[in-house]
Amino acid sequence: MSVRPEVVIVLLGMAAVTIGPRILPFLVLSRIQLPEPIIRWLRYVPAAALGALLAQDLFTSGGQLHVTLREPRWYGALTALAVGLRTRNLMATVVAGVAATALLRWGLS
Amino acid sequence: MILETHAAQAQPGFGDGSRSAWPIVLGYLAIGVAFGVVARTQGLTLMEIALMSTLVYAGSAQFIGVSMIATGEQTSAIILTTFLVNLRHLLMSASLAQHFPGLRWWKGTAIGLQLTDESFAVASTHFSAGVPPGFRWMAGLNLTSQASWIGSTVLGGWIGQALPDPTALGLDFALAAMFIGLLILQAETGPKVAAAMLAGGLALFIGHILPGRWEVIAATVIAATVGAWLER
Repeated sequence: MSVRPEVVIVLLGMAAVTIGPRILPFLVLSRIQLPEPIIRWLRYVPAAALGALLAQDLFTSGGQLHVTLREPRWYGALTALAVGLRTRNLMATVVAGVAATALLRWGLS
Repeated sequence: MILETHAAQAQPGFGDGSRSAWPIVLGYLAIGVAFGVVARTQGLTLMEIALMSTLVYAGSAQFIGVSMIATGEQTSAIILTTFLVNLRHLLMSASLAQHFPGLRWWKGTAIGLQLTDESFAVASTHFSAGVPPGFRWMAGLNLTSQASWIGSTVLGGWIGQALPDPTALGLDFALAAMFIGLLILQAETGPKVAAAMLAGGLALFIGHILPGRWEVIAATVIAATVGAWLER
């Protein structure tokens, strides 16, 4: 049970940049009116970031492109996508993806 | 409730806010346990999980941070990615602050510190339904929500620790599955789907041709710009 100093540094940095946008509008008591193009741009940041991270998660391994049809996680991803689109439920999506991946690993091994 | 009618304009208190947090607590329990399992299997200790949930308190950013810590990304890249991912809170905070004109700076800071997508959604819904915005109500909502987040992430970490082989159970895939689920909820319009897919392709391409670990940020900035331009 320990805390690594280098992890603490990362966490403090993450906290610092997270806190700023959370409290700044409350501190600036006057009404904040961001320019419309910036508001629109910000609305696309979560979807774009998730797309980038997901691609990296699924198609790279150790920083290298990793493409093989015998990757159980790909079929887990397809299962999660199908269940997610149908149910629009986060928990069902995760459970389905994890279960499909586990079943395939078990079947392929 | 009957007693409250004695006071005109009764301000909803801490307990009311705390009770209003129940859908958040339910949601955080599921996601928090999933996060804890993932974080533990990616090598974070229980103390580090508790510290992260206390200091950062942001679901997607914590998943992203854990995966970046595990793959040994540069600290500056992790922090900049976190900043970009959490920048959306600026909008929610700006929106929520409109309900609290003339609020003391330390109260505003206290509310803002615990702002999440979920607390923003619940608070905004309550205020538009006629609940008078009050600091105590917000404090009850926020403290209950974050307490449930810290508790469930640590519980997940403990579960992850007890598992003999998380890979055999497919739990290493929980992270990707969570991204898929969040993406489905996020990408409700054509330009958003396009931005997500473009970002995925760009991340792989940029990661392949450029040294360093900036592909997530670069892909996000470019794809968000294209998405916003498509919507125009």
